[in-house]
Amino acid sequence: MIQYLIRRVFWAIALMFTVTAIGFALFYLVPKDPARVACGKSCTPVMLKRISHDLGTDRPLYVQYAKFVGKLIPFSFTGGPHFKYPNLGHSYFSQQSVNQIITQAAPITMSLVFGAVILWMLVALPIGILSALRPRSLLDRTTMFGVLVGVSMHPVWLGLLLLYFLSDRVQLFPIGGYAGLFSSGGVEGQSTGLVQWAYHLALPWFTLAVLFMAIYVRMIRANVMEVMSEDYVRTARAKGAPESRVLRQHILRNALLPVVTMLGMDIGLALGGAVFTESIYGLQGLGWWTVQSITAGDTPTVLGVIVFATTMIIVFNLIVDVLYAWIDPRIRLS
Amino acid sequence: MALLDVIDLKTHFKTGDGIVKAVDGVSFSVDAGQTLGIVGESGSGKSVTCLTIMGLNAKRNTATSGQALFKGEDLLKMRGDRLRRIRGNDMAMIFQDPMTSLNPVHSIGKQLAEAVQLHNDATKKQAAARALELLKQVGIPRAESRIYDYPHQFSGGMRQRVMIAMALINNPDLLIADEPTTALDVTMQAQILELIAKMQREYGSAVIMITHDLGVVAEIADDVIVMYAAEVAEQAPVDRIFNNPQHPYTWGLMGSLPRLNADVERLVQIEGQPPSLLHPPRGCRFNPRCAYAMPVCREEDPPLATVPGEESHFQACHLDQETKDHVSAELLGSFAGEATA
Amino acid sequence: MTAVAAEQRSELDLHGDELLVVEGLEKHFPVTKGIMFRKQVGAVKAVDGVTFAVNEGETIGVVGESGCGKSTMARCLVRLLNPTAGRVTFRGSDITNLSRAAMRPYRREMMMIFQDPYASLNSRKRVGFIVGEALQVNKMGTPTEIKKRVQELLEIVGLNPEHYNRFPHEFSGGQRQRIGIARALAINPKLIVCDEPVSALDVSVQAQILNLLKDLQKEFNLTYIFIAHDLNVVRHISDRVFVMYLGQMMESGARHDLYDTPKHPYTGSLLSAVPIPDPQLGRSRARIVLEGDVPSPLNPPTGCRFHTRCPRFHEGHCDVETPELASRDGMAESHAVRCHYPLERWPLSEAEMRGHFASAPVPAPAE
Repeated sequence: MIQYLIRRVFWAIALMFTVTAIGFALFYLVPKDPARVACGKSCTPVMLKRISHDLGTDRPLYVQYAKFVGKLIPFSFTGGPHFKYPNLGHSYFSQQSVNQIITQAAPITMSLVFGAVILWMLVALPIGILSALRPRSLLDRTTMFGVLVGVSMHPVWLGLLLLYFLSDRVQLFPIGGYAGLFSSGGVEGQSTGLVQWAYHLALPWFTLAVLFMAIYVRMIRANVMEVMSEDYVRTARAKGAPESRVLRQHILRNALLPVVTMLGMDIGLALGGAVFTESIYGLQGLGWWTVQSITAGDTPTVLGVIVFATTMIIVFNLIVDVLYAWIDPRIRLS
Repeated sequence: MALLDVIDLKTHFKTGDGIVKAVDGVSFSVDAGQTLGIVGESGSGKSVTCLTIMGLNAKRNTATSGQALFKGEDLLKMRGDRLRRIRGNDMAMIFQDPMTSLNPVHSIGKQLAEAVQLHNDATKKQAAARALELLKQVGIPRAESRIYDYPHQFSGGMRQRVMIAMALINNPDLLIADEPTTALDVTMQAQILELIAKMQREYGSAVIMITHDLGVVAEIADDVIVMYAAEVAEQAPVDRIFNNPQHPYTWGLMGSLPRLNADVERLVQIEGQPPSLLHPPRGCRFNPRCAYAMPVCREEDPPLATVPGEESHFQACHLDQETKDHVSAELLGSFAGEATA
Repeated sequence: MTAVAAEQRSELDLHGDELLVVEGLEKHFPVTKGIMFRKQVGAVKAVDGVTFAVNEGETIGVVGESGCGKSTMARCLVRLLNPTAGRVTFRGSDITNLSRAAMRPYRREMMMIFQDPYASLNSRKRVGFIVGEALQVNKMGTPTEIKKRVQELLEIVGLNPEHYNRFPHEFSGGQRQRIGIARALAINPKLIVCDEPVSALDVSVQAQILNLLKDLQKEFNLTYIFIAHDLNVVRHISDRVFVMYLGQMMESGARHDLYDTPKHPYTGSLLSAVPIPDPQLGRSRARIVLEGDVPSPLNPPTGCRFHTRCPRFHEGHCDVETPELASRDGMAESHAVRCHYPLERWPLSEAEMRGHFASAPVPAPAE
């Protein structure tokens, strides 16, 4: 297990290099000089040169990348070996540090994603299991129809629809924006707290969750049905175990193994930016920042989000692996 | 009264293509402590018969009729919770594939103890002690530590031993073994058959052994049923079946076996393929493949009747007794006559 | 290696016109371990030094439990796997290290039939294509000629030639195995390696296929290497039989020699474990039930590989010194056994089977 973890960390580092290098290369292939953009309309060649120098964009690409990586590594030898906080640099435009942007954006995205995860699992688990237990029943047919509708529903379309009917026409929910869970978070002068937080996020949660709900219902149903036909389930029945016990002890634990994997990956992925949902509801999370900074050509911010997202994906994959080993003895003991 | 009396059992599955008559009027009985061998090829209905008795077929699209009287109680009409109390306690079953029959995420000990606790008012400790006792009895080396191991840490033969331990843990009156050695090598097969026989002696259980291997039946069965296309073709005590087989399908099965003790240039082959159970042939189901088929065989399905003078020998064939005895003797002669010294 | 090969060549006592000669064949699968760089920590010795010769027109049967290396050996013979060491000579030419291109002419002469007729046929191709593919690849005739030949082949193996245009799933298991045989026959091979060809089939269908294989052998002077775990089947079809255990040949001999007077305790145990379809005979004979499982080929036992399960195990000898595969006094010349204490006669009672070493400790069941 230790050996496995070490291997995992090595891979994570290699992955981080690859992802950031590709991100770097991509942005410099785009013929958009950040200095020129930052310089504004009344730009003189001298100003441009100075801004280029300040931003560091006049240096060769590999030097810029090396500097970026150097700031990222949480370890330094200058002034004696010591640990330091990874620094993602500064935004070209907003004068904020990227670390700061992410610190602000991450809680919003996390609130959105984890809320949505809880919502979609609360729905998908019982419905997926029930419809697997009664294939082709009315419930199952209705579910499968719902799944079809769910997977074809784009979050932008759904979000706009919900906003129009529930926020604009009926005014049940706010038109957008975010309210911090704790009084310290959120925008100055805005109400905060649990109720406000949930009130603002209800529609985004639902919007983000619908697609996943559908996918997870389908996956859970398929897994449970597959495991139900396994020989060891028949063995359990032959032992005289009641159906409820067969389901809990013998079917679910095996059927939910792949779901754990998927969930870990999806959470990691969604943390990288629930782009559409955040954009529709004006939530200034990671996805929102990604879109903003890509359009603006703000490379440090984009790279910052990429680094954060990659880290999240790696972390959640790791959590999944550990969980998996804990649930499945075949992995734990091999 | 017999331990198990199966009377005119029918199991029909509804499929998209029509109704598959997987078991179509099967009757037999098993006495306490006896071993019944059920032989047949794949699709003959031997497994479905036993799954039906155990109530392990899927409920949906399955129609069952007839009776399966276990100690006088009809298993087929029993309430679910009553049947569950009998299953795994008074009658138990082991399956063909030991690799997939144990739950991969629970330890061996836990799965064994579960079987104890489902039927007895036992503490965890008592159940674990009983599990260990059984593991030792079925010959698992270092049982004290292996009880904490998981199925994937056992070989196929060892897993089948665990399955046997699990089936016998509540001292059942009837053990149904569905091809328990088919997935195993010949030396492991010998170990498992010997183990089943030993456990049977110890616990006095009756055994129904389902197999496609006439050799296995000859070694362990008291009575034999030969099934073909969802029906019983022949049924008799083991010596009768092997010394005076009365059904052309039984002859075919025996002739098609290569033997260690007889040299034949060509094996007797049964022509063609087993019939579809969706559209079984009219008349006797074996008639399209039968070398002795007569016009009547294509019209009338022969009933299972006793062989004259042999109350315990049943067969379902239209051929006259003289021909049967003649062919039977000739067939057996061919094994003996060409045997090497 | 060459020295070993030369030694084994002399052991074989060749007469020069053997169809296939196998010398010191080894196939090891590496086992690796490591964090970033995988290093080899061991090898599964699936086949570990097998030597034999096959004459044209004969059938060699190979028996053994799962994991004994018989299937791996078969795949090495037809070069579906590359041997780790040793030499395979087909019709006088060394084919051990031939490139794919150089191997091509030999591929036509050695075909393989597999256990699973379901998995070994491409389910999306028509039967006509499957059977005729080798003809097409080797450009052996115009499309019309090939079609005619394919229909002829289907008829030879007992299928309806009009089923040319059907797909494999429209056939039963036995019929699919017939298709596999027709495919193997298409380009008139000399040697057919059959890997468990009947073990997935029902008894009645198994007899059909065995009869077919025998008929075809007579008609086309085929040579078979027939691999199976069923001792009855191997006895029925083979002229000579090899018994394998953990990658090595434990006993080899003409069918009657080996089955009537087995010399190796392993062969004896196998034979005594086979259920006999005769209640009197089956229940009266002595049985030697081997304990435990086959040991791991990753770490095979020292000395004689069978010593951990052997009823005649002699401590200090069998676990130290590896016996040679050789003929002994009183055995037919072609009958060879790899054992220090071969069986004196057959059948033996269990006590006799344990020989003079009845007092020796019975080996604990291995896992």
